[in-house]
Amino acid sequence: MAASAPPTPHWPHGVHPFPHRHLTGIAGLKAHEITFLLDEAEQWVTMNRARTKHDDRLASLTQINAFFENSTRTLLSFEIAGKRLGADVVNMHAATSSVKKGETLIDTAVTLNAMRADVIVIRHDASGAVQLIADKVDCPVLNAGDGRHEHPTQALLDALTIRRRKGGIAGLRVAICGDVLHSRVARSNILCLGTLGAEVRVVAPPTLMPAAIDRMGVRAFTDLDAGLDGAEVVMMLRLQRERMAGGFVPSEREYHAFWGLDPERLSRAAPDALVMHPGPMNRGVEITSSVADDPARSAITEQVEMGVAVRMACLDVLTRRRRGVEGWA
Amino acid sequence: MSRLVITNGRVVTAAGIESAAVTIEAGRIAAIGAADVEGAAVIDAKGALVAPGLVDLGVFAIDLPAFTAGGITRAALMPDQSRPLDDLALIQRAAAAGKPQVWIHPMAAATRGLEGAELAEVGLMKRGGACAIATGRGRIANSGVMYRLLAYAAAIDMVVVVHAEDEGLVGNAVATDSEIATRLGLASAPAVGEAMAIARDIALAEETGAHVHFRQVTTAAGFALVRAAKARGVRVTCGITPAHLLLSDTAIGAFRTFARLSPALRGEDDRKAALAAVADGTVDVICSGHDPRGPEAKRLPYADADPGMAGAETLLALSLALVRDGLIDLPRLFTLLAATPAKLLQLPGGAIAVGEEADLVIVDPDAPWIIDGERFAASAGNTPFEGLPVQGKVIRTIKGGYPQT
Repeated sequence: MAASAPPTPHWPHGVHPFPHRHLTGIAGLKAHEITFLLDEAEQWVTMNRARTKHDDRLASLTQINAFFENSTRTLLSFEIAGKRLGADVVNMHAATSSVKKGETLIDTAVTLNAMRADVIVIRHDASGAVQLIADKVDCPVLNAGDGRHEHPTQALLDALTIRRRKGGIAGLRVAICGDVLHSRVARSNILCLGTLGAEVRVVAPPTLMPAAIDRMGVRAFTDLDAGLDGAEVVMMLRLQRERMAGGFVPSEREYHAFWGLDPERLSRAAPDALVMHPGPMNRGVEITSSVADDPARSAITEQVEMGVAVRMACLDVLTRRRRGVEGWA
Repeated sequence: MSRLVITNGRVVTAAGIESAAVTIEAGRIAAIGAADVEGAAVIDAKGALVAPGLVDLGVFAIDLPAFTAGGITRAALMPDQSRPLDDLALIQRAAAAGKPQVWIHPMAAATRGLEGAELAEVGLMKRGGACAIATGRGRIANSGVMYRLLAYAAAIDMVVVVHAEDEGLVGNAVATDSEIATRLGLASAPAVGEAMAIARDIALAEETGAHVHFRQVTTAAGFALVRAAKARGVRVTCGITPAHLLLSDTAIGAFRTFARLSPALRGEDDRKAALAAVADGTVDVICSGHDPRGPEAKRLPYADADPGMAGAETLLALSLALVRDGLIDLPRLFTLLAATPAKLLQLPGGAIAVGEEADLVIVDPDAPWIIDGERFAASAGNTPFEGLPVQGKVIRTIKGGYPQT
């Protein structure tokens, strides 16, 4: 299973820092494994801020970004991450509109495998689709979001952002607010921040609150003010417009009135609370511009920056075995 | 026709288990007890159980090798076929499809095309061999249509086999509301959707006097309603498959589509309620729900996969666990697997008695094996019980006096 441990001072002797072949989710990762990825990302934050943003460690490796669901920022982030590490990056944009999308999924996986990809990044609108592909290919697979299941690199970039702004994660009170039911970002963040020792709360309209969410170790609130009370990090989720038209909440206007974050609401949180949003934002719905654009409170653009660094770290770590890095082969 | 004698068997009858020989003549049971083996073909049961052949209430495919391997001698076919069984000719063709190896008893689609709107020709289909009326994989959403169907069925004395899930509540859900569904990010629905559907159909059964059989009841609330209705004398019965007795939704694991069933697997409390309902007699029928699905229907993301399991070959072994666990005794088990479904469907067989059709299964109830879908005789091996060690092997299935291979 795990390769022998590389020389590193951070982990107990004999414990491999990251013994996983794929990154399909945060579920199953230990705290020290998450911390390892965050630590690895720091060097890329530094490099990305330098004039020469290039490293060659993934040179001659092929990275395929297979996106079965529309995405702009995540795809771009993965593409930039791969290119800055020297990989040959190819993007595959498969429309999901075809009726039997699943039928082609295994075939697609086999095809990508036959093209000898060295790492595959996948986004798909069905929960579990990435795991399905990971089981069928020989190379590492990175989950860039599957249905409402997981979006692990988003959780890692959020954790890195919080850690850099707050100095740590353990003990922080974090409120994740909005459409928790349909959110893979919420699930991965609950797992990630919970594993790292934060006190995680979720705030959602009752119709957008998943069943038995407390079993994931969080406190659930339907009242935003109560949920924000004393929160040191406020993470807003995107609410898709089609869900505001009466299906789950009565209207955009009502959603904003009860669950939208504005300066007054934010005053319930800790005085220096950090405001986050995975993007893209519905300004004036789940968050007002005055909150989103406040440089003292909002970490939203920083999240995007951390995203590239975290994805570089994941691409590097997951390909180490294949590149024969000492201690990983 | 020559005589067949099964010697050294432990014969399961309604009265209990007796060591006896079973003599079969002209396809019927001629004697139970001492036998004259002179000039007869003899099968030595070697101390194994000789039990009635299973009558499987509600299979989705005509899968004869799987039925024979599972000890099933009669199978009631769901109307959900590539063309719904809503027409006399289709019923007649299906009724002939298994003979002589396994008798297939098609159930008539309740409505044309199973669309839930217009009554199908259920009376004519009964004449053509339909053993029951069934709503198929879904229920009839329109309560007015359901009311008229039950009134009609009562008059022509046909049991109506229904699926009990409220379509509005369940929607596109593929799991029951639970921690598992939430962690996996699967669309889920509250388990009460079953009780809501059962409550309506009990009310309509009471109103019309029709016999309603809930093919699968899987929740504590559902069993409570059925139990109470039976106590009032309403003509309702219910069934279950081994999956909902032995598995809870944790079996979904990491998106195992073989555990995608309809209704979805429930939580542990509901599973325990199902076991209690078997023990106290609320459950009338245990069936396989046999629904073989190949990789094109199962090697998909969880929500895109079709529901269903290949259950014919594991029905008996999994059900025997209920006896070993002390919930019920062997005669009661075969009442659930054979006698009651035969009675509900107004079919012969289902019991070992002189004069009955010689539909028998010889079973070693203790023989151990490990469930392996790859080795199924069924047309697909989609079992949620993969890798499970079980006990109870079918040694021989005898249909109408003829040993099957």
